[in-house]
Amino acid sequence: MKQFLGAVCGASCLLLVVPAMAETTLTIATVNNGDMIRMQGLTAEFTKKNPDIAVKWVTLEENVLRQRVTTDIATKGGQFDVLTIGTYEVPIWAKKGWLVPLANLGADYDVADLLPRIKDAVSVDGKLYAAPFYGESSMVMYRTDLFDKAGLKMPEKPAWDFVVDAAKKLTDKSAGVYGICLRGKAGWGENMAFLSAMANSYGARWFDENWQPQFNTPEWKATLSTYVDLMKQAGPPGASSNGFNENLALFNAGKCAMWIDATVAASFVTNPKDSKVADKVGFALAPNTGLGKNANWLWAWNLAIPAGSKKAEAAEKFIAWATSKDYTKVVAAKDGWANVPPGTRTSLYQNPEYLKVAPFAKLTLASIDAADPNKPTVKPVPYVGVQYAAIPEFQGIGTQVGQQFSAALAGSMTVDAALTAAQSATEREMKRAGYIK
Amino acid sequence: MARMATTKQVVVSTIGAWFFGFLIFFPILWMVLASFKTELEAFAIPPSFLFFHWTTENYATVQERSDYFQHALNSVIIAGGSTLIALLIAIPAAWSMAFSPTKRTKDILLWMLSTKMMPPVGVLVPIYLIYKTFGLLDSRIGLIFILCLGNLPIVIWMLFTYFKEIPRDILEAARMDGATIGRELIYVLTPMAIPGLASTMLLNLILAWNEAFWTLNLSTSNAAPLTTFIASYSSPEGLFWAKLSAASTLAIAPILVLGWFSQKQLVRGLTFGAVK
Repeated sequence: MKQFLGAVCGASCLLLVVPAMAETTLTIATVNNGDMIRMQGLTAEFTKKNPDIAVKWVTLEENVLRQRVTTDIATKGGQFDVLTIGTYEVPIWAKKGWLVPLANLGADYDVADLLPRIKDAVSVDGKLYAAPFYGESSMVMYRTDLFDKAGLKMPEKPAWDFVVDAAKKLTDKSAGVYGICLRGKAGWGENMAFLSAMANSYGARWFDENWQPQFNTPEWKATLSTYVDLMKQAGPPGASSNGFNENLALFNAGKCAMWIDATVAASFVTNPKDSKVADKVGFALAPNTGLGKNANWLWAWNLAIPAGSKKAEAAEKFIAWATSKDYTKVVAAKDGWANVPPGTRTSLYQNPEYLKVAPFAKLTLASIDAADPNKPTVKPVPYVGVQYAAIPEFQGIGTQVGQQFSAALAGSMTVDAALTAAQSATEREMKRAGYIK
Repeated sequence: MARMATTKQVVVSTIGAWFFGFLIFFPILWMVLASFKTELEAFAIPPSFLFFHWTTENYATVQERSDYFQHALNSVIIAGGSTLIALLIAIPAAWSMAFSPTKRTKDILLWMLSTKMMPPVGVLVPIYLIYKTFGLLDSRIGLIFILCLGNLPIVIWMLFTYFKEIPRDILEAARMDGATIGRELIYVLTPMAIPGLASTMLLNLILAWNEAFWTLNLSTSNAAPLTTFIASYSSPEGLFWAKLSAASTLAIAPILVLGWFSQKQLVRGLTFGAVK
């Protein structure tokens, strides 16, 4: 009888355990943007191939997601199995041991096909800690009709002097057309992404080799005064509260002659469904001053596995699928080649079908190639990252500095005062964090 | 003459009230309108007020992409549960403070209120670790518990104010008739405090429904309420305004309807103490 009871108990335990073993549920944290939403919609393609894995999505706004995921990973909460993180987080988190290195992406994954700049940005000590889902840089988008009308010709590699002159000439405030639209909203990922990249082209840098902040240098002064003067003369009103979305709306409505922003915007401004100027847009590399660096950034959204996840194997399978060459084919078959996630693989830029529908593809690739996260500036720097310094303190510092620069744009403080305030705020934070004495 | 002045005053104050009412309601109206626009129209400059291409496409997309009903159910359970538990704790607490105050009652009340003065993010990591240890992350129970604790000081304060308004003589009379504490609470105090209880309950329900810090940070998918549902449509890179508006309209609809029907109780309850 005892044996019989034991057998029954054992069998019941097995019954309880078996369904749990048969299905692994992955919780994936991601940001809300077109490419990620498309990936969610295609989850069935993955689960069809992997019937033992179920997928749950947690989609959040980028800043909310950053806070949410950081809390979880720092406390080893284990709530997520796959994280969507930016190139800023990857090196910091990898060094802290918060991410699992991706060593088993499969034989047909073709790591060598990843764009070298993007691969560098998500690798630490030669190991891949995240797989890029889509990558972007920034470039000039301009109105070909307005340029033709003014008798101007946009060079493929424009200089800042040309851009400034052209913006002033193309401004027609009575017609509601502004020469240039640039980010002004304060934030390390908002105006500071643009201004840090612009500063790189002017020979400026965030820190010198000894982590001393550099806002008191002539290069930063040249950057900020050019930006503020340009926006005052040729920018739209209220520019200090404009971010990506606001400028996109302005450009699509035909209010901007030029817009320097993320390469990902190229597909929005050329889409006749969203844009009034879809057939009148040209592209050029971000401007330079002849010092060897263009004013363009480098960013990628990547998929990574937190060290706390107990389902790393299934998670890696998912990542390998979502960032593979096959995934782009799945998207192309369903939504067309114009909608495949750009900026991660060399093969995509050799694909004639993609090149046919994406007139901006070559410039996107050239822009990505021109941004080197390991050598972002003219003078040497101790940090990695083009439009950011990949240190944990940067988010706070970048946003503080961004607020000063946004205030300078709004006219509530002078350029000199903004630079002095930025210098002292950064010095204070860097001292507090122990980088300098 | 006096009559004319009165009519004029009435007209002016009515127009004024409608104007300010409309001004306050305008952002909500704008959100509802935006939810029926296309993404391009939602972001158009200059914006169009009523003459645009009306579409229900956003609602269809939102419904297709996320499980609204699951999120709404979580919101109902979390907001309702936390309100119920908060009231169960707060009624006896407020009763004892109002009718049997001690030397330290005022200090306790102030101390309770002081907990609301700390920004919640200050205790995020310790709470997260506690929740992780007890397996409460992404659970409805966990969210009910934290929202209940968060709103408890306000609930006790509000009930305390209402109970203070009730004449002690009535309670003494009940005691003279032989009522026990329990009976006194249920049959005498509660019916008299119903407007106050109702408004406290509603306010707490609205606070819990709208709470977006803890619900976003302590839930992932299973217990995620409508706040997470809204957050999933916000984006700094890409146009999602119309969809975000549709998601927000769906999220506030239940509580808006509830607020509408119980407006009288809510206003009466909120002004109860102040008028007297």
